[in-house]
Amino acid sequence: MDLATNYMGLALRNPLIASASPLNSNIATLRMLEDHGAAAVVLPSIFEEQLVTERCEFERCIQMPASGFAEAQTYFPAHSNFGSGLERHLDLVRRAKEAIGIPVIASLNCVNPAGWSSYAHGLEEAGADAIELNVFFIPADLAMTGHQVEQHYLDILTAVKSSVSIPIAVKIGPYFSATGSMARALADKGADALVLFNRFYQPDIDIATLRLSMDLELSTPAEIRLPLLWIAILYGRVPVSLAASSGVDSADEVFKYLLAGADTVMTTSSLLRHGVEHMRTLLGGLSDLLAAREIASLGDIRGRMSQRNLKDPAAFERANYVHILQGYHLSRTA
Amino acid sequence: MQLETGASATATLDGNAAVAHVAYRVNEICAIYPITPASAMAELADEWAARGLKNIWGNVPVIQEMQSEGGAAGTVHGALQSGTLTTTFTASQGLLLMLPNMFKIAGELTATVFHVAARSLATSALSIFGDHSDVMTARTTGFALLSSASVQEAHDTALISQAATLEARVPFLHFFDGFRTSHEVNKLFMLSDAQIRGMIRDDLVRAHRARALTPEHPVVRGTAHNPDTFFQAREACNPYYERVPRIVQAAMDRFAALTGRVYKLFEYDGPLDAERVIVLMGSGAETARETAAFLQKAGERVGVLQVRLYRPFSAEHFLAVLPDSCAAIAVLEQTKEPGAPGEPLYLDVVTTLAQAVAAGRRKIMPRVVGGRYGLGSKNFNPAQAKAVFDELRKAAPKHGFTVGIEDDVSRTSLAADPHFSIERDDVVRALFFGLGADGTVGANKNSVKIIAEDPALFAQGYFVYDSHKSGAQTISHLRFGKQPIRSPYLIESANFIACHKASFLDRIDVLRLAVKGGVFLLNTPHGPDAVWDHLPRSLQQQILEKKLRFFVIDAFKVARDTGLGGRINTVLQTCFFAISGVLPRDEAITRIKESIEKTYGSKGADVVYKNFAAVDHTLAHLFEVTVPASAASAFDRPPIVPASAPAFVQEVTAKMMRGLGSGDDIRVSQLPADGTWPSGTAVFEKRNISDIIAVWEPGLCIQCGQCGFACPHSVIRSKYYHENALGGAPDGFKSAPVNSRGNPDVRFSLEVYVEDCTGCGICAEVCPAHSPLEPGKKAINLAEKAPILEAARAHISFFETLPLNDRARIDFANVRGVQFLEPLFEFSGACAGCGETPYLKLLSQLFGDRLQIANATGCSSIYGGNLPVTPWTKDAAGRGPAWSNSLFEDNAEFGLGFRLAADKHLELAMALLRELAPRVGDDLARSILSAPQERESELRAQRARVGVLKQKLMAMDDETARNLLSVADHLVRRSIWIVGGDGWAYDIGYGGLDHVLASARDVNVLVLDTEVYSNTGGQSSKATPLGAVAKFAAAGKRVARKDLALQAIAYGNVYVAQVAMGANPQHTLLAFREAEAYPGPSLIIAYSHCIAHGFDLRYGMKQQDLAAASGYWPLFRFNPAMRRIGERPFRLDSPRPTIPLKDYAYNELRYRALANTDPIAAEALLVRAQQVVTEKYRQYEELARRGAECFHPDCRDLNVRSGNPA
Repeated sequence: MDLATNYMGLALRNPLIASASPLNSNIATLRMLEDHGAAAVVLPSIFEEQLVTERCEFERCIQMPASGFAEAQTYFPAHSNFGSGLERHLDLVRRAKEAIGIPVIASLNCVNPAGWSSYAHGLEEAGADAIELNVFFIPADLAMTGHQVEQHYLDILTAVKSSVSIPIAVKIGPYFSATGSMARALADKGADALVLFNRFYQPDIDIATLRLSMDLELSTPAEIRLPLLWIAILYGRVPVSLAASSGVDSADEVFKYLLAGADTVMTTSSLLRHGVEHMRTLLGGLSDLLAAREIASLGDIRGRMSQRNLKDPAAFERANYVHILQGYHLSRTA
Repeated sequence: MQLETGASATATLDGNAAVAHVAYRVNEICAIYPITPASAMAELADEWAARGLKNIWGNVPVIQEMQSEGGAAGTVHGALQSGTLTTTFTASQGLLLMLPNMFKIAGELTATVFHVAARSLATSALSIFGDHSDVMTARTTGFALLSSASVQEAHDTALISQAATLEARVPFLHFFDGFRTSHEVNKLFMLSDAQIRGMIRDDLVRAHRARALTPEHPVVRGTAHNPDTFFQAREACNPYYERVPRIVQAAMDRFAALTGRVYKLFEYDGPLDAERVIVLMGSGAETARETAAFLQKAGERVGVLQVRLYRPFSAEHFLAVLPDSCAAIAVLEQTKEPGAPGEPLYLDVVTTLAQAVAAGRRKIMPRVVGGRYGLGSKNFNPAQAKAVFDELRKAAPKHGFTVGIEDDVSRTSLAADPHFSIERDDVVRALFFGLGADGTVGANKNSVKIIAEDPALFAQGYFVYDSHKSGAQTISHLRFGKQPIRSPYLIESANFIACHKASFLDRIDVLRLAVKGGVFLLNTPHGPDAVWDHLPRSLQQQILEKKLRFFVIDAFKVARDTGLGGRINTVLQTCFFAISGVLPRDEAITRIKESIEKTYGSKGADVVYKNFAAVDHTLAHLFEVTVPASAASAFDRPPIVPASAPAFVQEVTAKMMRGLGSGDDIRVSQLPADGTWPSGTAVFEKRNISDIIAVWEPGLCIQCGQCGFACPHSVIRSKYYHENALGGAPDGFKSAPVNSRGNPDVRFSLEVYVEDCTGCGICAEVCPAHSPLEPGKKAINLAEKAPILEAARAHISFFETLPLNDRARIDFANVRGVQFLEPLFEFSGACAGCGETPYLKLLSQLFGDRLQIANATGCSSIYGGNLPVTPWTKDAAGRGPAWSNSLFEDNAEFGLGFRLAADKHLELAMALLRELAPRVGDDLARSILSAPQERESELRAQRARVGVLKQKLMAMDDETARNLLSVADHLVRRSIWIVGGDGWAYDIGYGGLDHVLASARDVNVLVLDTEVYSNTGGQSSKATPLGAVAKFAAAGKRVARKDLALQAIAYGNVYVAQVAMGANPQHTLLAFREAEAYPGPSLIIAYSHCIAHGFDLRYGMKQQDLAAASGYWPLFRFNPAMRRIGERPFRLDSPRPTIPLKDYAYNELRYRALANTDPIAAEALLVRAQQVVTEKYRQYEELARRGAECFHPDCRDLNVRSGNPA
């Protein structure tokens, strides 16, 4: 059975990618992922703000007590270069490339254009096969218009494209007025792939302490609907690879995403929930689903359920909504 | 600094770096141990080795930290015996610990150089500062003593001494002045590799190796001699010593040929017909020389003879340079030898001259007097040098004089003219008043470097610190000019003065040293139009009288606006260059930016841009003030201490607190002769170091006492009282109904001593009471001080009128109760957020009025006993902790001495009381002798009985009664505590600690475990954890920390507890009380977070909690007394680990640093460290399951309580 797929120019042995998570910061885990069938890995995101914060904190810790007391001019080895923190990530890229044979995709989350391009350049030099731009951006500034938000994404992409030659995927959220138009604009600016969608970690409120709680909720299969919708709509209509992200727990979701038109399917939550070995379960499950249908290659099913290939393309649009509402009965929730 | 490898070039370094550069390059092994002011040499060597930098033979020297200087010297001795080129760096008490090995090393004619940043020895007090009292103790060791007087000389002499020792086979002690030279930053010509190579002969290195012990050619050294041979063998070395002066001079001559810098064993400067000559060594020679040159211009026939090679003392060379015309000599020394006819160099000079005259080699015997100067880094200035020259003019100059002080007791001092100054007009002199943490010193070091990089300019920087660790004041003394700058004394008149913290104006006379027409820069939130009205009147007058140009900048605003937070270094450095004119303004700005790029380049473009922006913003926000015509302020500097302070505090302490040399005016008669100082003076020093302080919300408070328990500075106090006591309370005085049931009329108040609060925020973090409505608000919060300061002063005054709560009615057993116990340790100068001081405060609250503390040298001895003020205090009855510091290495033994004495005097008191029982009353005697003294109420009752006894004894005219009276206080059980850090307990003092724990005596040991040598700047100790970065473990510690607790538990009869207040304050309290009650040795190991861990100490208690939660720092108690009641002695008091080690450790820079620089090593170390934690926890769980019978037997029942073993 041929599970091979092409993701923004990278030839993958199958469509399953372990998406960015702390799991992937461990070389042994990366090796296990490869052994269990992952076709590529996305390394944990470099968060520019985190690096800057850490660097400032390091500086503060080193400088704050320095030269204030006659017996101790400093409290840390004076010439230790505690670095910018970036080196830690670059080193992970280098070690990952040495340790595994599957493509290594670096993930980058920055806040200013200079950061995006310089970090991307570093990642390319360290050996990353591609870069995923993890644009985690909430336009909390109420003066910001939708156009400005979109331009922000495009500026970032332009800055990075100009500094590297490896493929660039853009991981976006679903909250655009016109996601399709945005996808096309990104493609026009040179995006090689789109990853749908970023899950913005939304804070909760701890009512006992009146503090925001920032704990992580793993995604569930119920969350595949939105990415599924947009992959199905975008399939064949924008000249980029499409990666599905969110809600994968079993091979069913993988299969669905492929039917909608995804080139690759990413998962973190299922691996966190079931262990790294789950990658093999997903892969086996996918093979079983294909085998049961006597499908020989992914090309035979990819996009079969996309909007372009459906007889009733409106099913993905308002008609679908109307249909659901009409078919919804209270008894279903009882 | 960078280790230069290229050709000879200039660099800007301090003395330590200048020496370490050479020592590292000409040695194969360095055995090291931290001690101020020499630590930096060892730190640099360790860091260079960690980076793989090589010596001149192309290999990386081995840098080995030892457990003490004694250990370092032993290691050096062993390495030398084995043929390696080996060195060490030390000072003061460290050198004393090396002396035994130094005798051996010299006796065996072994080539080595010890580099010493000369420092005072502890006598009536410790001083970290410089003089020659340490090196003078090494006179008899057989080491050659070679002195250098400046940063350049120290650099050069480090090499000359190495060359000389290899040839002479006599070991050398190369010394230079602690702080004055070791810490002075100056421009120097660096020795190139080729020059260093040119001085070291490889045939001599091979000869050194050939003398090594080897089984291939076995010999025996270290034999024991009998009376028949020892004497002769001792004399056999004489020819080697005779050769030394010639060898050293030859090395100096070779050095001169290579470098152009000429040195002599004795260097005379002055006219050949000089009448008066000062003889001295060290940096003071430079001062004397400058002064003599000034006086010579006025026609005075004065000269200076600088001694470089002090041992062996070459009479021949000395006499060769001393002018025959010289009729009067003053030998100046930075050491004191009580009872001697003169200090050592004086005796050498007199002997040399006397022998020369007697032998006919010299015609006249000049009058020679000796004098002392500069002890403990007392500034030695030209006025003092002139006073000595003037004294020599007298018919009968004083011998044994002092200069630089006013000795109104023994009348030794010479008067110096306070107005005599020889500061040169072509030298820019700048003074900067900064706050320890604001970057002033760093910026000034950088400025010195920037200026000195100009080939046509020279620069010097010297930095003076106050004695506090938090909110310390720094004064930077910078000189710049077109000629090399030596002048090793503080600036006496400044043409540029910058005050980087406006609140200093209320305490310090910052313009006292300003010259007429000089420049004054003030960092202030007030703009150029408003600032005048905010200046004290006397400051306004000075500005007017001295016609100063006055500039202002709001540096904090510029720093904030450009994203630099509270770091104002770049801003104020820019101001200096913009208005001082040392460099053309544009050039200076370019150089600052280059320097920023160099410093911050590796830290990211954004950091560089922020600093660039700060430079540009500074220029736009720096304003010259149009100075009004008159001084109109209605206010002036307030008194340093309140009028209510005792006379001693008014007359002595206040002068020390005023700073800027004010303490130099204190007369000898005003100071104690034996090192005894009053306790409880910190209360008079309202430092106001933080603009944000803790503020209490009575409505939210649950009165749990957690905030006060954790407060490192004892600024949070609680009282409960009858509501009637609120009569007359000032407006806004806060109180709440006490929240214990059954007390409807009782109120509770928590008062924050805002002027002493450091704003560390620990209280707010530990507070468990959240507002149900206002996010983030708790029962205690941080807020700006300025708006509430005046009201708070009134509130504190009123709070102090409320009665202290009766100790007998307070429940000591819980944290809530402890808040009502008066702390007898308060307002120390410890770091803001210190993790150690809350434990000491607790100690003082629980046992303060019968507490006697032996305190090891280290952080706790510095914030506990560094003048001007003392935080250990006393209660209303005048009782409180009696505190003393002996040494670093002997603290356990010192404390054991307290116990032995207390036991002995108790025994004596009991015997005398039995004898006097019929006369003082049998009932009274019996009740005293049989009194239980465990509970507070019992102790109070005993105190009352002893009080009655003392009254009766005082009325008796009887020798026995007087004897009993002299020891009667011991009838109240004394609490002896031995306190110190991990450097003491795990390393240098471990042998003694182990012995004391094994003594079965009733002592309590409190180890304030910061896991590094905190006081000297974070060097690794055996308590440093696996994987953490520390100085001397720059690549991450590769060995797990010592389990001191298990070692002590192994004795079977030592009470042992491991506590972390932030993890469980109640457990800490329990352990302290159990340890004190346990009638045998007790050991408490207390987790103490520290700035050397690298995180915001506001979260210190949270980190402690995580340490316990990860299993890294399990809480436990091993109480041998449990056996008697059939309980398990070992209690594991914290739950099984709930988080991985990483979740605790990686909050701290000391762990995370390695993950950034060497991620593979960091990951591997973290895995191992987790394994250690897991295994350790398993061991503790296993211990907790063991029954009493599974531990070593407890033999305490064979002992008399607190007395001699039966």
